[in-house]
Amino acid sequence: MPEQLTGAQALIRSLEYEGVEVVFGMPGGAILKAYDPIIESPIRHVLARHEQGAGHMASGYAHATGRVGVAMVTSGPAATNLLTALQDAYMDSVPMVAITGQVATTSIGNDAFQEAHTWGMSMPATKHNSLITSAEEIPDAIREAFHLASTGRKGPVLVDVPKNILTDTMTWHRPGQIKLPGYKPAVKGHPRQVKAAADLIEQSERPVLYIGGGVGAAGGGDELRQFAEMINVPMVTTLMARGIFPDSHPLNLGMPGMHGNYTATIAMQRSDLLITIGARFDDRITGDLKSFATGAKVIHVDVDPAEISKNRFADVPIVGDAKAVLEQLITEIGSRGAQPNRDAWLATLSDWQATYPLAYEQDPDGPIQQQYVIEELHRITGGDATIVAGVGQHQMWASQFWGFEEPRRWINSGGLGTMGYAIPAAVGAKVGTPDEIVFAFDGDGCFQMTGTELITASVENIPIKVAVLNNASLGMVKQWQTLFYDGRLSQTELSPTVPDFAMFAEACGAVGLRADRPDQVAAVLEEALAINDRPVVIDFACDPEAMVFPMVPAGGSNDDIALSREDFMSREDLT
Amino acid sequence: MKHVIAVLVENKPGVLARVSTMFARRGFNIHSLTVGPTEDPSLSRMTVVVDGPEMEQIVKQLYKLVHTVKVMEFEPGTAIEREIMLVRVNASPKLRGEILDAARVCEAKAVDVGVTTITFEVTGPPDRLADFLQLMSAYGVTSLAKSGRIALARDQKTAKSQTKSA
Repeated sequence: MPEQLTGAQALIRSLEYEGVEVVFGMPGGAILKAYDPIIESPIRHVLARHEQGAGHMASGYAHATGRVGVAMVTSGPAATNLLTALQDAYMDSVPMVAITGQVATTSIGNDAFQEAHTWGMSMPATKHNSLITSAEEIPDAIREAFHLASTGRKGPVLVDVPKNILTDTMTWHRPGQIKLPGYKPAVKGHPRQVKAAADLIEQSERPVLYIGGGVGAAGGGDELRQFAEMINVPMVTTLMARGIFPDSHPLNLGMPGMHGNYTATIAMQRSDLLITIGARFDDRITGDLKSFATGAKVIHVDVDPAEISKNRFADVPIVGDAKAVLEQLITEIGSRGAQPNRDAWLATLSDWQATYPLAYEQDPDGPIQQQYVIEELHRITGGDATIVAGVGQHQMWASQFWGFEEPRRWINSGGLGTMGYAIPAAVGAKVGTPDEIVFAFDGDGCFQMTGTELITASVENIPIKVAVLNNASLGMVKQWQTLFYDGRLSQTELSPTVPDFAMFAEACGAVGLRADRPDQVAAVLEEALAINDRPVVIDFACDPEAMVFPMVPAGGSNDDIALSREDFMSREDLT
Repeated sequence: MKHVIAVLVENKPGVLARVSTMFARRGFNIHSLTVGPTEDPSLSRMTVVVDGPEMEQIVKQLYKLVHTVKVMEFEPGTAIEREIMLVRVNASPKLRGEILDAARVCEAKAVDVGVTTITFEVTGPPDRLADFLQLMSAYGVTSLAKSGRIALARDQKTAKSQTKSA
């Protein structure tokens, strides 16, 4: 006899059917019914303290595991709180499914209690969304949501479920075949374009592989390595691509762009061919587009056709999955003769690396430099940690100074630049990879946005570690005011004493530690690493004057890269 | 420059909102948009007239919507394009004859006659509507309602011969 389930039971069973192991969320009126079958379900539920936190947890989980992260919240304010996390995941192509409660179908449009037009508001912030109109639809709608979130260009998908539909009964059935006649993501690149790309590569004297997060999303790290070594071409890895290719590899030049290192940024400028894979010519990479890499032809591989020639014309467009296209390129290049000798180009880049390294100075008697904390943790852990960051100076330093060797071990908010991302994302990452050290570098400004998720971490036994690189300011904005507004600081100085981050951590059930001097850094990091039964927060009293360099002023040409504060100030064209 | 695109979308609730939201989100300018059923009940056809030099992004962004099945951009002269217009014109008794003569030439149909006005229905290619409107502006247009454009690609075999008569 066919099994009769409530919509709520069908929803939870559908999630189980997708292999979901954890849901991050918070109950409330409209979604209440769905929280009852969770009690018996093998799915773990992590109770966030704010719905934005639940969303970022799902995102952190997805980053760390490569699986679809799931967030479930109620209607109205819960759904609007979740929107930031959805837009964040959309910009960074993070596979996520969000389930939101909705008022009963008979109340929709009547300004009922906790009603918001979730479907309409989330439409431009998701890859796709849907409003369930009968309990029978649930299995297919959930299947479709997971399919869309995890294929093609990945992204968040929202399913809005009215309250009465969770109560209605339905006849349980496994989801059927997905019917999406207009959705056919490309996998393999067009063979003619692959040949055209190989032709350009053969003719190029100064090629650069421009690698973005799409290669990681496709799981194409091994193919990338094989391809890069085969053609012996240097590579830049964007903020979203850190770790996809080992930083220790001699072909990896590191991060280019606004706060990229000199060699990576200028290699693109001087290149005659950008072999672009899974990157999107973001303004933080290109600076002023008109003066960006003016001598370069462009090969652009992307699974999303809309990215190709959106910002920069592609001489050879290839629509396809990064891993699949890399395999095609490897085969094509393998069938041809030797690559041209590019020793001169590689030697030039090595010279630049030696002449313009990333640099900072840690005065043993001065304040703690943020970069020093990052490098010390790398030294002590041997780099064996998953690093999570918020948004701002600390994020840029983490990307610059942490040597990334493996994919899925660098988690940050790239496209949207969501302050407060680090702590909830670290919680999600730790849930997904409990055996890894998950260490968040956070700013004091970021921490104050979402620090309450430490409560979630403590209560749910998710022992993350957080290093607050505390410069008592909204550091990146302060840096801009210092450089571009004549040092007129407006609303960017935070209190150096309030909150007391260590006490705050203790109040949240975590261990609170503190370091005021450089000579305390290593010891306090060791202490934090030895604690594995609770979350740990370390408040590092850092240099409030430190600035991130190199820097290309917003909208400026990458040719005008400034290497240091002194370099910047000496340049009349920039100041 | 105006471009005409046909978009076949899944006939699902909210699909018009998805398309119009995408246009707003990406800063594309819609001149007109019509939507209606097709020979296949599972599909709706939208005809969108957009302003702008750059069509490639618009077409790609339309395709990116999950419910978009097919997008066709019509090169000038390759489609049958139609609009419908209702236009109310001042027509004092002594000018009526003259106005009706002009309407006949433009294949405009008088659909309502009042004491001092005549309302015409004009159906046809966009040029014909524009011509008639210009002609009537001399008498004074008091009200105007215009549909968006609908378009179908010409049958390939006869495309050339029909281009001129449109």
